[in-house]
Amino acid sequence: MKALQSVIRTPFMWVEGWLDWAFGPRWNPMYYLGGLGFFYFWIVAVSGLYVYVFFDTGLTEAYESVESLTHSQWYLGGVMRSLHRYASDALVVMMVLHIIREFAFDHYRGPRSFSWITGVPMTWLVIAAGVTGYWLVWDELGQYVAVRSSEWLDWLPIFGEPIARNFMHEGSLDDRFFTLLIFLHIAVPLILLLVMWIHLQRVSYAKWKPARGLALGTLAMLLVLSFVQPAVSHGPANLDRVPLLLDLDWYYLFAYPLVDEWGAGTVWMIAFVGTFALMLMPWLPPRRRRPAAVIDLDNCNGCTRCANDCPFSAITMVPRTDHQPFEQQAKVDPDLCVSCGICVGACPTAMPFRVSSDLVPGIDLPELTARQLRDKIHTLAEKLEGHSRVLIIGCKHGIQSRKLVGDNRVAIDLPCAGMLPPPYIDYVLSKDLADGVAVVGCRAGECQYRLGQEWSEDRFERRRDPNLRKRVPRERLARIWRAPVEWRRALADIEVFQQNLTRLAEQSETAGVKLTKRKEPQS
Amino acid sequence: MKRAFQIIAQGVVYCAFAVLVGYFSAGPAYRLLDDGEAQIKLSFAYGGKPVGGCRDRTAAELEALAPNMRKAQVCSRERVPLAIEFELDDKMIYKNVLPPSGLRGDGPSRMYEKFVIGAGEHKVGLRLRTTVRDEGWDYITRRIVRVDAGDNLAIDFDPVAGGFVISGAKGGG
Repeated sequence: MKALQSVIRTPFMWVEGWLDWAFGPRWNPMYYLGGLGFFYFWIVAVSGLYVYVFFDTGLTEAYESVESLTHSQWYLGGVMRSLHRYASDALVVMMVLHIIREFAFDHYRGPRSFSWITGVPMTWLVIAAGVTGYWLVWDELGQYVAVRSSEWLDWLPIFGEPIARNFMHEGSLDDRFFTLLIFLHIAVPLILLLVMWIHLQRVSYAKWKPARGLALGTLAMLLVLSFVQPAVSHGPANLDRVPLLLDLDWYYLFAYPLVDEWGAGTVWMIAFVGTFALMLMPWLPPRRRRPAAVIDLDNCNGCTRCANDCPFSAITMVPRTDHQPFEQQAKVDPDLCVSCGICVGACPTAMPFRVSSDLVPGIDLPELTARQLRDKIHTLAEKLEGHSRVLIIGCKHGIQSRKLVGDNRVAIDLPCAGMLPPPYIDYVLSKDLADGVAVVGCRAGECQYRLGQEWSEDRFERRRDPNLRKRVPRERLARIWRAPVEWRRALADIEVFQQNLTRLAEQSETAGVKLTKRKEPQS
Repeated sequence: MKRAFQIIAQGVVYCAFAVLVGYFSAGPAYRLLDDGEAQIKLSFAYGGKPVGGCRDRTAAELEALAPNMRKAQVCSRERVPLAIEFELDDKMIYKNVLPPSGLRGDGPSRMYEKFVIGAGEHKVGLRLRTTVRDEGWDYITRRIVRVDAGDNLAIDFDPVAGGFVISGAKGGG
């Protein structure tokens, strides 16, 4: 499974790197696949409402009303119809990419399995919503979809009389059919909306909408497409005829030719087995869970920073249970904790300078405690010497640190770069354990734990507590956010950083000499 | 200069996405029937006669029943499976025995089948057995029908209309 993920992940990383350059990380569409899907859903909803105003529910009226909207009101109604179609199609593209990407980046296990599992029925709902829409037009394509859908459904032993008998010949269908369909075409998206809301419940700071620039860009794209290639109907439905050639919407109707080719039973089996397999994927194969973060009440002052920064809502603030003079204390839900350590990075008591008491922060990761981290830094720093000593703080999910260590460079890997409390950088530099610190983590939209890179940047830029103290010389801190496939570029970045550190050392030496020279006459 | 290239690159991405969405939104075309082909749909839902007949209840049996349940006769609920044969141009293309639906076998027998045929004139022969017997047929229909390419010939069964009902044919004898 890991090998398969790696094979799929690599092209994603290259494409995302290129899109980072073209759009910038804030607008990179690959970082908003779910959000774009949501955005397209809203375009479909708004354009659908407009189309619905002009839609007539009748055997001949349905087709005529859609034709009238498309041709006599092409500049608005026609565009709305096209937007309705193309945004629906784009939604399927986003949904499929979203599923593949979450699989490739291993974002579907543990606490994330909730979002994964709730996402699976969404695929059925999206397809069902689209298919019922095609019936409504009641053109030749609608006829094909209606007949084939009912034949497909009839294979299931849950219906009495075959539904397909309703479409035997002209005259076997009445207007009530469209009333039922309109109900379905509105009800299914409403259920979809509810499931989408549930889908996001265990994700903090969910990116449920794309960046504004990206949203405008993609809306403009759909508008242009709607003008250039307006969505049109086939000829009117006629149940006494079989449509010979159809321009299928393959995003929604891909299964229908398969039903024709393989039979309804086979396609049902593929659909059921596929759905079941998707549902089981978070446990295929089962993976050992790492120990969850733990709270040390003696050091927790209930500041809420860890709860605010947790990307998976695993930490809640609850009333104090000890006698400390604080109102709240943090509480970790081990079932939701992914052991990323971002909470440790947020804890103001993760203070390596502490000497009066043992280094035990309010929240800590058993896998790599704050104390162990400080001790490891000391051990590694002993191997460094000269003027370009660099301590690399890496991420286990990012570039392998063994590719970066070398000439006066040592590295320590954290579960996530976001685990690093900013005071550790201050500590390393002020204690002269290294000349520079390079934090090497995943790209903005590729953080394994979603927010590690973003929170780190915010802390270094003093936009988020606990922030990096002003006294820390920024030129001695390198922030390198690169994908594992870009390790050579990351190495080059670090080498440039080392050259700068050497230059800094030379400058301070020169300054020291000048200062000494200036001081000489006085002495 | 870099910004200009970035904007061009964004345009390329949007265009590529639009082409992807637009192309598969209505294509490639899918052919249901080849030129010169038509279709026959044969379908019905009909309950055959009960398998067993009715008999009078004995006085003792009637006595054992609640007063409101004392119906003089008791009849079999199970219906006979329907035997059907469908010939096209004197060639048997469908033959089946359709069991009644329902847990007690008292529901109608149902079927829905499609056949692709060539356009032109065809001799259609249909036979249906709805009663308890080993030989012979209760309903027989023979017709010559003419279909054009792309026609859908629907064959249903309605005993009130006299048996098999063929709709969608262009004519014939």
